[in-house]
Amino acid sequence: MTVMEQRGAYRPTPPPAWQPRTDPAPLLPDTEPYRVLGTKAADRADTELLRTLYARLVRGRRYNAQATALTKQGRLAVYPSSTGQEACEIAAALALQERDWLFPSYRDTLAVVSRGVDPVEALTLLRGDWHTGYDPYEHRVAPLSTPLATQLPHAVGLAHAARLKGDDVVALAMVGDGGTSEGDFHEALNFAAVWRAPVVFLVQNNGFAISVPLDKQTAAPSLAHKAVGYGMPGRLVDGNDAAAVHEVLSDAVRHARAGGGPTLVEAVTYRVEAHTNADDATRYRGDAEVETWRRHDPVELLERELTERGLLDEDGIRAAREDAETMAADLRARMNQDPELNPLDLFDHVYAEPTPQLREQRAQLSAELAAEAESETGSASGPQEGGHR
Amino acid sequence: MTTVAVKPATMAQALTRALRDAMAADPAVHVLGEDVGTLGGVFRITDGLAAEFGADRCTDTPLAEAGILGTAVGMAMYGLRPVVEMQFDAFAYPAFEQVVSHVTKMRNRTRGKLPLPLTIRIPYGGGIGGVEHHSDSSEAYYMATPGLHVVTPATVADAYGLLRASIASDDPVVFLEPKRLYWSKDTWNPEEPTSVEPMGRAVVRRSGRSATLITYGPSLAVCMEAAEAARAEGWDLEVVDLRSLVPFDDETVCASVRRTGRAVVVHESGSFGGPGGEIAARVTERCFHHLEAPVLRVAGFDIPYPPPMLERHHLPGVDRILDAVGRLQWEAES
Repeated sequence: MTVMEQRGAYRPTPPPAWQPRTDPAPLLPDTEPYRVLGTKAADRADTELLRTLYARLVRGRRYNAQATALTKQGRLAVYPSSTGQEACEIAAALALQERDWLFPSYRDTLAVVSRGVDPVEALTLLRGDWHTGYDPYEHRVAPLSTPLATQLPHAVGLAHAARLKGDDVVALAMVGDGGTSEGDFHEALNFAAVWRAPVVFLVQNNGFAISVPLDKQTAAPSLAHKAVGYGMPGRLVDGNDAAAVHEVLSDAVRHARAGGGPTLVEAVTYRVEAHTNADDATRYRGDAEVETWRRHDPVELLERELTERGLLDEDGIRAAREDAETMAADLRARMNQDPELNPLDLFDHVYAEPTPQLREQRAQLSAELAAEAESETGSASGPQEGGHR
Repeated sequence: MTTVAVKPATMAQALTRALRDAMAADPAVHVLGEDVGTLGGVFRITDGLAAEFGADRCTDTPLAEAGILGTAVGMAMYGLRPVVEMQFDAFAYPAFEQVVSHVTKMRNRTRGKLPLPLTIRIPYGGGIGGVEHHSDSSEAYYMATPGLHVVTPATVADAYGLLRASIASDDPVVFLEPKRLYWSKDTWNPEEPTSVEPMGRAVVRRSGRSATLITYGPSLAVCMEAAEAARAEGWDLEVVDLRSLVPFDDETVCASVRRTGRAVVVHESGSFGGPGGEIAARVTERCFHHLEAPVLRVAGFDIPYPPPMLERHHLPGVDRILDAVGRLQWEAES
């Protein structure tokens, strides 16, 4: 008997023919993004919801404009505008119940504000006076996440923990098209599907990861297709159609709450402004493309639908704009106040109890501040002597 | 007078017992990681926990370290106290972004509103003949990351006490398990209650007058052996076990060095940019006028961790420590 024949004897019997555990067909997204506005589906849309969405969209657009203006005045270090993407932000947040959680990325300020967070507190990260200005537990909004996709596993863990505790809480995790290339995106989707965690992943595909277009980001037919490999449904929706986003997200949230597990939703939208005020978008895309998308504007789409249905008139439009102006004026006024900062706060929340090393460093900064204050007082009382600094 | 029969128990058993006691004491404590459930962990530290507490409390996760730690962050946000296992030191690196960008910052960025009580257990260090990626000493990376506690036991009793303290901590802790000590025994009775001290205190394991060996984790036993051997040379060495690298116990370390006037820091990880440089600097800043010689380091070489058949040349051993102690006779030489 040869060695190979001997070894053959130890070979286990071949496994039965491999069977996919789930029929992928119901998981696959449609080839065209789902739309409501301008289609027959709009007939059954909740008119009150459409009106609410419109008012919020107008406010969101104004918020983006105001925040962008504040960067030019030096009041914000940076602002990643979501102009053109307001429908995704607002309709998604409105699909959640109060007890649900939102896990935003850095561009999702409007979703954060839609959850009830104070517009000024939502901007502290970008103003630079503190990293997270709001209490995450007050409105169940996680801190805005700057690293890409790293907040997605947090959403999975929280949703999983809630289910273990018997709470029917759903987590909505937001990410951009670029973020889908990150390892954490994969790990989060995989964990969520294996644990059947009540999570909804919303990819806002706005065409570019800073300057890199989608065709250099992925070879997948769509980002929603990525869901199939994890064993969760993928849905494709027109991200500029607030009614469609709301419907698809609401379905996904309901599905998750009922124990059906996660869904991956890709909302196809467009970032009309540059990545941030530090970006030059003319280097990587032409005006014609931007103009095409401007004609598919989320605010105008909804305004047209409501107007054509007789649900909105000139007075209604004016009222929505005035409401947005009031919000912007308040935001402007409060953002133009200098925040009061205490440098010693730097040491307060590194640990529950500061280490001996931090106590020493706090004392050092405290002494430096005292010396600074003394020298300022000294120069104020005797400016002619000056030069203490 | 009654005597208690002290059973020898291993560090591995003490860690298992600490996890079990913590899970029994607090239903919020959840264990998760690759292989921690049915298998009981590759080192069997989580042995029996899934059977006793169920798969929801001791969970086999998909094989993905960033996912394990990332989901643990979310679980901690919802009021649980996750204890994650990173199977080996070098396997924890994919989770490093979660450590640096989120785990260590969540309390700070939310001004204390969102603390993360989670424990990251990492078997670390060499000396067990592990192949590449199974023997790294990664403590310097964690020490350099504010917001994290970094502790490492060197005794069986500390393995229990420090792990309980880590799980009870309201802040994230990297709990480094010296894997070559898993099977070490000392007098610890698993049936008797063991004190759970707050983290951050070093301890003098051996008193001496000639010089201080400052060490932790896997190198403690080597230092104790070196101290015994040094007696023949007329050196009476003190040995300080740090137990906690963050926070660092300057008080205990400096009190010892002020008594002895000489110090050697001993650890497995490389010396360039390693913990020894930080410790030597701290000691020098605080005890300069008490020092009779420069603070020396006996560390691993500044090389990627060597293949197992060569690791004995890399790891600090008794001879290398005694050689450094000999070099502490600075005055005579200069």
